[in-house]
Amino acid sequence: MNKKELDNKLSGIRDKLLGVEQTSEKRMYLPCEAENCYSVCKFLFEEVGCRFVIVTGIDAEDCFELLYHFSYDQLGCIVTVKTFIHDRDNPSIESIAQILPGAEWIEREIHDELGIEFKNHPNMRRLILADDWPEGVYPLRKDTKK
Amino acid sequence: MSWKTWSLKKSVWVFHVNTGACNNCDIEIVNLLTPKFDVERFGMKLVGSPRHADALLVTGVVTRQAAPRLKEVYRQTPKPCVVFAIGACACDKGIFHAGYHVVGPVDKIVREEDPNAIIAYVPGCPPKPEAMISGVVKALSAL
Amino acid sequence: MKETVRKPVLAVGPFHPLQEEMEFFQLTVDGEIVTDIDVRISYNHRGMEGIAETMQYDQIPFLVSRICGICSASHPLAYVQAVEDFAGITPPDRARYVRTIINELERIHSHVLWVGLAGHFIGYDTVFMWAWKYREPVLDLLEKITGNRNNYGNVRVGGCREDIPDELKPEILREMDKIEKKVDMLTKAVLDDPILHARLKGVGTLTKKDGIAYAVTGPTARGSGIKVDVRHDDPYAAYGELDWKVITQEQGDVFAKAVVRLLETSECIKMVREALKKLPGGPIAVEVKEIPPGEGCGHAEAPRGETFHYVRSDGGNRPVRHKMRAPSYVNVPSFRASCIGQHIADVTLTLAAVDPCYSCTERLAVVDSHNSVIHDYDSLLRLSREKTARLKKEIGAPEMRLEDI
Repeated sequence: MNKKELDNKLSGIRDKLLGVEQTSEKRMYLPCEAENCYSVCKFLFEEVGCRFVIVTGIDAEDCFELLYHFSYDQLGCIVTVKTFIHDRDNPSIESIAQILPGAEWIEREIHDELGIEFKNHPNMRRLILADDWPEGVYPLRKDTKK
Repeated sequence: MSWKTWSLKKSVWVFHVNTGACNNCDIEIVNLLTPKFDVERFGMKLVGSPRHADALLVTGVVTRQAAPRLKEVYRQTPKPCVVFAIGACACDKGIFHAGYHVVGPVDKIVREEDPNAIIAYVPGCPPKPEAMISGVVKALSAL
Repeated sequence: MKETVRKPVLAVGPFHPLQEEMEFFQLTVDGEIVTDIDVRISYNHRGMEGIAETMQYDQIPFLVSRICGICSASHPLAYVQAVEDFAGITPPDRARYVRTIINELERIHSHVLWVGLAGHFIGYDTVFMWAWKYREPVLDLLEKITGNRNNYGNVRVGGCREDIPDELKPEILREMDKIEKKVDMLTKAVLDDPILHARLKGVGTLTKKDGIAYAVTGPTARGSGIKVDVRHDDPYAAYGELDWKVITQEQGDVFAKAVVRLLETSECIKMVREALKKLPGGPIAVEVKEIPPGEGCGHAEAPRGETFHYVRSDGGNRPVRHKMRAPSYVNVPSFRASCIGQHIADVTLTLAAVDPCYSCTERLAVVDSHNSVIHDYDSLLRLSREKTARLKKEIGAPEMRLEDI
C-alpha cells in the first residue's frame, strides 16, 4: 500500500472537499463543509478503511471547528477532516456515532464542553461534567473562559 | 488519651478513596501491600468498605463530581478516624489548581463535613511508599 | 421504560480509577446474564485540556505525564511529537533512543502490573504479589534515570530532559536478564495452566468487527486480531531502527489479551537491550527558540494503546488548543460489545482485561434509590473467584481452600 493508492481512494470524495492539505508526509488535512462532513467520515471509515481516532472541538472565535482525526494505519498517516460550524447560536452537525460507535463518547464530551448539538446521536446524555454542573455553561467556549 | 484513640493506633485498617488522581498515588498505595514494602506486617490492611476503616487514604484533587462522594465516604467512616491526604494534588491541588472542574483540596471538602476532622498530609508526586509509611507513623504518634 | 417488573441493576463504582475518569458502571442483569451496560464518567475529570491552555510549552510535558500515572512516558512523548511535527524540530539521535528506552521500561512494568492484577481478579493472589515484586526493580531503574519512580516527564520539545548515564547501562542489562526469566516463567505458567485456559478462554470476547467499529487500540485490539501498533505503523523515536515484531492473537477473549501482553513484555526486554547497545553519543536535546504558529498531531503507543495529542499554536508561548486522547477512552466503550451476554462473574475480569488503569483498589457501591440489587466490588470479586474454584474442581485440580476465596 503506498501513497498513490491512498490518493486514488480519496478521489471518490474529492468533490466534497474544499481542498487537500498535506503538511508533511504523514499528516493530511481535508477541509470540508459541515453538511458534507458525515459522508466524508463515512467514506473514510467504510471505503478507505481508516481507523477512527478522536474528534477535537475548537472554539475559534468566529466559528466552531471540528477536527475528525482518522489514522490510515497501512501508511501510518493521520488524516484529519476539518469542518467549520458558523452558526454560533445553534451549532449542530450530523452525528457519526451511528456508523462509528467508538465516536459516541467524544460527541457527548464535545456536547458538554462546547455545546454543539449532534443530530441523530443514539445516546446524548451528559458524560464528562458533574451532575450539578449548570446547564448552558460550556467550559471550553471562549466566552466562558473569559 | 481516650481508649478509642488508643485502640485506633494499633493495626490501622485503611480505605482508599480516589477523588480524581492520576492513578499514581493509588498504585503506590497498592505497592505498600506488596512484598517490597509489606505494610501488612504492621497490621495495616486495605479494606473494602469505609465502615470497616480506621483511616481514609484520599488521593487526587477533589473534582466537582467526586466531592459529594468523598463527604459520603467520610460520613460512613466510624469516628475517630484519620484522613490522610496522599500526594501533592490531595494536599493542595498541585498542578491541577487551575482546573474548572476541581473544587478541592481534600482538607477543605472534609472540613466542610466535619470541622474537627483529623487530617494528615503526605506530599509528593507521587509520594514514595517510604514517605507514606513515615507519614502514617508520624500522624499516629501525634494523636 | 414502561415495564412493570423492574430489572435488577448492578452498580459498580464510582470509585474505580481509570486513567482520566473514575467510572460508574450500571449492569442490567437477567439472572446471571448481563443484558446491558451503562457507564457514567466525570468523577476524575480534571479539565486538563483547559489547564493546558494556561501553561507554556515547556511546562505541558509535566502536566500531561500526570494524565495517567502508568502512561507517564507516552503522553508527554505524543505531545512533544505533536509540537515537533508543526515546528519542524528534529530531536537528536541519542534523544530518540533515550525516549525509546524509557517508553519500553514503562511498558514492561505496566504489563507486569497487569498480569498481577489479572491474577488477583481470578483468585491467584500469589501471582499478584510476585508480579508486583518483579516490577519494583524497573521502577528503581526509572528513578535512577529520571529522578522519579513514576511521572517521569522525561521528554521536552526538542529532546530529553535527563540522559541515561553510561555507568547505569550494566545495571539495566542485569535487571533485564532477571526480569526476562520471571516474565518467561509467568508466560509459561499462563500457557500451561489448564485452569486458566478454562477460566479465561471464550470470556469477554471482542470480535474483530466490533473492535474496528469501536476503534479500539493497543493490546485490546491486537488480542482481537487487529494489527494496530503505532510503533510499527508510524515509527517514531527509534522504533524503526530496532528489530521487533508486533504480537497479535485472533480470539479476542481475555486469554488472548493476556498472551499478547506477556509476549509483548518479552519483546520490550529485547528492545531495551538492543537500544542500549545501539545508543549513539551526542547531545540529548536541541535548543528550541520559538514555537511557530501551526497545528500538529502526535501519537505514541502507550502500554494500553495509542495516545493521541493535537496541538494548535498561534505563535505565542502557550497552545490555543491542546486535545489529548488516552487509549482507554476508546477501549472502555467496547465493554458494550464484550460484556453483554456474559455472566456477572466474568464482568470484573472482562473489564480488567482492557486494563483501564485498574489499580485494584476497593471501590464503593452506590445504588440509586430505584435499584433493587446491591453488588459492591467485593462481592463481584468473590463471584469471579468462586467461578475459578468451581472450574478447578471440575478439572480435578487440587481444591481451593476457603482462605483462598
